[in-house]
Amino acid sequence: MSKKELKDVAIDVNWKDITPGGAIPYAGNAHLYKTGDWRSMKPVWIEEKCKQCLLCYPVCPDTSILVNEEGKRVDFDYDHCKGCGVCVKVCPFKAIDFVEEGK
Amino acid sequence: MAYNLKEVAKKPERFTGGHRMCAGCGAPVVARQILRALKPEDHAVIGSATGCLEVSTFIYPYTAWKDSFIHNAFENSAVTVAGAEAAYVAMKRKGKISGDTKFIAFGGDGGTYDIGIQSLSGAMERGHDMVYVCYDNGAYMNTGIQRSSATPKYADTTTSPAGKEIPGKQQWRKDLTEIMVNHHIPYVAQTAAIGNMKDLYEKAEKAIYTKGPAFLNVLAPCPRGWQYNTPDLMELNRLAVETCFWPLYEVIDGKYIVNYKPKNKLPVKDFLKVQGRFKHLFRAGNEQMLEEIQAEVDKRWAELLRLAGEEA
Amino acid sequence: MSIRERMSGNEAMAVAMKQINPDVVAAFPITPSTEVPQYFSTYVADGVVDTEFVAVESEHSAMSACVGAQAAGARAMTATSANGLALMWEVLYIAAASRLPIVMACVNRTLSGPLNIHNDHSDSMGARDSGWIQLYSENNQEAYDNMLMAHRIGEHPDVVLPVMVCQDGFITSHAIENIELLEDDKVKAFVGEYKPEMYLLDKENPIAVGPLDHFTHCFEHKRQQAQAMMNAKKVILEVSEEFYKLTGRKYELFEEYNTDGADVAIVVLNSTAGTAKYVADQYKAQGKKVAVIKPRVFRPFPVDEIAVALSKYKAIAIMDKADSFNAAGGPLFTDVTSAMYAKGVLSPKVINYIYGIGGRDVKSNDIEKVVEKLFEISGTGKVDEVYNYLGVRE
Repeated sequence: MSKKELKDVAIDVNWKDITPGGAIPYAGNAHLYKTGDWRSMKPVWIEEKCKQCLLCYPVCPDTSILVNEEGKRVDFDYDHCKGCGVCVKVCPFKAIDFVEEGK
Repeated sequence: MAYNLKEVAKKPERFTGGHRMCAGCGAPVVARQILRALKPEDHAVIGSATGCLEVSTFIYPYTAWKDSFIHNAFENSAVTVAGAEAAYVAMKRKGKISGDTKFIAFGGDGGTYDIGIQSLSGAMERGHDMVYVCYDNGAYMNTGIQRSSATPKYADTTTSPAGKEIPGKQQWRKDLTEIMVNHHIPYVAQTAAIGNMKDLYEKAEKAIYTKGPAFLNVLAPCPRGWQYNTPDLMELNRLAVETCFWPLYEVIDGKYIVNYKPKNKLPVKDFLKVQGRFKHLFRAGNEQMLEEIQAEVDKRWAELLRLAGEEA
Repeated sequence: MSIRERMSGNEAMAVAMKQINPDVVAAFPITPSTEVPQYFSTYVADGVVDTEFVAVESEHSAMSACVGAQAAGARAMTATSANGLALMWEVLYIAAASRLPIVMACVNRTLSGPLNIHNDHSDSMGARDSGWIQLYSENNQEAYDNMLMAHRIGEHPDVVLPVMVCQDGFITSHAIENIELLEDDKVKAFVGEYKPEMYLLDKENPIAVGPLDHFTHCFEHKRQQAQAMMNAKKVILEVSEEFYKLTGRKYELFEEYNTDGADVAIVVLNSTAGTAKYVADQYKAQGKKVAVIKPRVFRPFPVDEIAVALSKYKAIAIMDKADSFNAAGGPLFTDVTSAMYAKGVLSPKVINYIYGIGGRDVKSNDIEKVVEKLFEISGTGKVDEVYNYLGVRE
């Protein structure tokens, strides 16, 4: 996997500087694109209720529940979470609340 | 090593957020888990057919794939990745590259069952060391939900609408998994993202690390096309499996193994009634259509059990 | 010293491929190019090449596999004709736009319908807007030489575009003629190694190829692609000069034959140029002069050079072995006259002949009809019909 720093290509790049053939050498740079503003509902992690069963992290379509080196989930990546609510339903311990965004 | 959700969770993530798939889409969940089955030290070349997965994950200049990725056209994901695999074989033989690279091609049911079936069949027949993953959401979703040969009978799609005269798609689903079994390739499996993802992960691992061609058919619910609320994704995967609409099975060197036989096989209408695309089947007078669907599910399930040498 | 041999045009292209020893060849048979992958398969089976041969199930898959292989970092080649080329149509555009310097042997055959296996140029002319560099070859020697130069042209950092080398199906592809081959080690040294900057199999620097490219960036990518094609002209001349030093065989953008003192000229591609040159020689023996201009490089189209070369003539006949069905002229006619007009070359009278369609044989007395018409126009200054058909039963 890439050891390169994630980079973007400017929206106003001219034709001489644009990457040839539309190829991109910054693998995984979609991380720089924030989809968090898609949300109308928002999941909220209730850490005290969370038993770290990890059933939530793989069901996230947007890789917004990350797991640290110790194998424990951390808080939501709200830059990318689209508020689909799949994790809310999957949690067996009701440790994820689903609230309206912006409230 | 037995599957352990927590151990697998520590593996590096190879699919980032920041892509433009719909909120709650079943396909990226599948992609993430398949890629997770790769060994961290292995390099991969991923290909995708044009379709929801590809157009949303690689919009210039952003790619959600941390591995090398190639998109060519709609019907040729299999042969494009096969070409990359041939390049790898040749370059390795000439000593130009080293190490292990794995080849995984993705395609939706459109790009796999229909327009892509030729290139898939050819690539599998030629024995390239690669995996083809079909994320089956049962219609041409990216162009706005048109019927494919994977669309279930009576489903409402924009080219098979549930209208006054004709109640949705009139043909039964094509069984692509069985077609691939009949290519006599080393590994074929049908799977879904359910529970702790054990079935999907283990099959992905087997497919990737079996030498030669492998095919995975993975269910990928689509909230827009199937007409359900996004939080219900995992419930839909579960119902598909528990009703035997989507049996979980593998065929290893021609030998059938049914991985899961529900103790309480649920009636297929439990799966259908939570999807808006089947709501017309629940109107009075349409009971016979539900019976037809149940009979077909039962028939195919019985046939699968017979092939696996099991009792119904 | 070169090796004297005799072989068909197909075998010449296959031998060139053998000497180039690409990493991947993905091909599907179609008459009259079938022999190229057949010869090549023998080389693979006998272990004289290191190539991975992918016996794909269609031409669309052939070009798709080449795209995958080339993007992965390998040299990929294929061969096809007619409807095979037509079937790969969408992928040709993708290959060029993705800047993958694939090399293809295109053995010209007419496109269906109706079904016809014989030679005309409708196949490669149909792909003239695909972004591929197109080189035309009069005979087996030119086909062989163009194949050897193709990678040096396509892979040049100022270009990075795919190249198709064309020759006439059956007429030269199946005719055995003398040829001078280059030694294996000289070919290897000339063609060199493929060293792409970005490739899929680069573990340290993974890349993504083939994006969804919205209106925010698409135009810039296409403009960049257009520039690559513009740059190709200079690169073709440089590579051809190097080839000349190596072999003594000179290649330019087009061949100019018997131009001294000629007031009239015929512009014609591929094997028919050979017949035209013979006719020019016959006329010369009678003291009459007709020049023959044979384009080698059709894409990029050498606007400046063609306009200058044709400016001295009073009457020019442009021969097209393909019909555009546009109620106007054939593709070569359209490109040549556009170049002349754009460069202010307005004095020559130019007419078009559609000829040889579906493999209709073109004899020297057919060319003589064209020459006589040109002398007439040159004398009277009048053109009765710009658009003509040659050799069809009226």
